[in-house]
Amino acid sequence: MAVENSGASRRRMYVRMVLRSLSRRRSRVVIALLAIAIGATTLTGLISIYTDIPRQMGRELRSYGANLVVIPDGKPVIDANVLPALDAAVGDGDGDLVGRAAYRYETVTINSQPVSAAGTDLDDVRAVRPYWQVSGAWPQAGEILVGRDVADQLGLATGESVTLAWSAGKKQGSDSDSTDEFTVSGVLDTGGSEDALVILERAGLEGLTGEVGAIDVVEYSVATSADQMSAIVTRITESTPGVAASPVKRLARSETTVLATLSSLLLLVTVIVLALTMITVATTMMAVVAERRAEIGLRKALGAENRSIIGEFLGEGMALGALGGLAGGIAGLGFAQVVSLNVFSRGIATDWTLVPIAVLASVAVTAVACIVPVRRAAYIEPAIVLRGE
Amino acid sequence: MNLLELRGVTKSYGDVHALRDVDLCVEPGEWLSIVGPSGSGKSTMMNIVGCMDSPTAGSVVLDGVDIASMNASGLAHARRNTIGLIFQKFHLVAHLSAVENVMVAQYYHSMPDQAEALAALARVGLGERASHLPSQLSGGEQQRVCIARALINYPKLVLADEPTGNLDEANELLVLDFFRQLHADGTTLIVVTHDPEVAALGDRQIVLNHGRIVRQIDNRANARVPVALTPPGGLS
Ligand SMILES: Nc1ncnc2c1ncn2[C@@H]1O[C@H](COP(=O)(O)OP(=O)(O)OP(=O)(O)O)[C@@H](O)[C@H]1O
Ligand SMILES: [Mg+2]
Repeated sequence: MAVENSGASRRRMYVRMVLRSLSRRRSRVVIALLAIAIGATTLTGLISIYTDIPRQMGRELRSYGANLVVIPDGKPVIDANVLPALDAAVGDGDGDLVGRAAYRYETVTINSQPVSAAGTDLDDVRAVRPYWQVSGAWPQAGEILVGRDVADQLGLATGESVTLAWSAGKKQGSDSDSTDEFTVSGVLDTGGSEDALVILERAGLEGLTGEVGAIDVVEYSVATSADQMSAIVTRITESTPGVAASPVKRLARSETTVLATLSSLLLLVTVIVLALTMITVATTMMAVVAERRAEIGLRKALGAENRSIIGEFLGEGMALGALGGLAGGIAGLGFAQVVSLNVFSRGIATDWTLVPIAVLASVAVTAVACIVPVRRAAYIEPAIVLRGE
Repeated sequence: MNLLELRGVTKSYGDVHALRDVDLCVEPGEWLSIVGPSGSGKSTMMNIVGCMDSPTAGSVVLDGVDIASMNASGLAHARRNTIGLIFQKFHLVAHLSAVENVMVAQYYHSMPDQAEALAALARVGLGERASHLPSQLSGGEQQRVCIARALINYPKLVLADEPTGNLDEANELLVLDFFRQLHADGTTLIVVTHDPEVAALGDRQIVLNHGRIVRQIDNRANARVPVALTPPGGLS
């Protein structure tokens, strides 16, 4: 009973001493808290940016085109009915499906000049090829988009009416031409091979040719790693007969390289800044503790054991670490959001689990930073510490 | 049995010999004054006796145990259980109130007891100032807090290094009164001082010079001198 009482009253005194030291040494405490909070801000801020930005950049890089192409295998065309199955195989878990577009190519004539026409879903195309520059408007039903080369060659401009002619006879030797009127809604500038195309809704092309539900190429844009990409290819081959899938190798690889470079650069910056911050926190704590050498000597002179002095300073340091880590950890998430908005022009996912991590890290750093100077002072004879001020 | 016995105690800091081959015995209940010029080794001796420093050579037996051969934990044990320290510079913890400063000594000794600490402050005349910080107290008041702290665990040996060095006369008299009370209660007291009047209050004075005890003056013997002068035959 008496032992229990003495334990309780000693614990109360311990808490009292820690609280007094925190509340009555305010200027020192503020400096230490500030250092710790800035450290924790840097910790959660940089880790947020480090983990989220490459992921987002991956999505952004994906907007530079398709990285998976599906073509017919052993059949002349792909049946449009298999598209849902293909989509399922691609989007199944591993990847982040950014967009998909299916194309039907036919050779048509405009003013007797042969031109390649692509029939597709233009909303899908925008997702897969967001870099397409269209002067004028994207086509609606009854309209076409003409590539820059076609427009120049045939002297076509936005708003003009053109007649597309399709001759089945080219293949079959008959001369039953079919024609349809279209309006040029805009001119496409890509600088690439698409500039030689006429692009329209697939339904429009099918109306011209009378051949419905046939597809020549399906393009996918998937944000994924190289490993996952090969898993997707395998899955498509297994699930859908009559098609062959292949990644667009060059783009996928350079993209992975760019992302890896970005990640390692961010990691490097994060590690360096964190190391510097920890050193700052540690030196601040060391200075704050070193100031109290005389107090440590006095406590020893009163008969304190070294471990009990270390315990008291550790308690203070860890309380500071927890407080500063909590405040800084939360501030860091906001900081990451601001940096992300200003530097990368995008929001960032707020990962609250970083806050307890920041608290634990701050407690650990301050604890280590306290123990070093406290041990140093505690292991000196109290007489020397007391006379040295 | 002596409470304190120093045998051949030497303390050197490199070439500086702060104490050289000192022998000294202190009986329980004795009031010993230590005097000597600056740098003669007075504080060094107090630190060694107070278990705050170890001698380079020699043995120091305090309350029956040799502290020269003790480890750090044993010395800490002796400091909190046997010794009460009074400093010239008070050495109060700046962010703790008067009563909290007294309770710190209780905390390391056994268990803090605020009521007891308040009573100790009341005995040194600071009952009303218990919640004040050291910065809010005068030097004399701080020294009285220091005394309350030194006495709170009923130490067998109270060590005071220049306890009145920083005090005005009124506070000096107050402090010396506490010493007289302590002495009357049977506490052993060792007081370092520059002041011959303070030194004369002790039962015995030792004079240090260059780390050696150069002279001992037994004030009790002096006091008994008139008695000794009385012819033995006159009483029979
Ligand atoms: N830690 C130390 N390192 C080196 N020399 C020391 C140390 N402590 C004391 N000394 C030397 O030991 C000698 C005795 O010092 P001490 O403090 O015991 O003197 P003192 O008698 O208390 O003097 P004062 O009356 O000025 O307080 C001095 O020459 C001092 O310089
Ligand atoms: Mg001295």
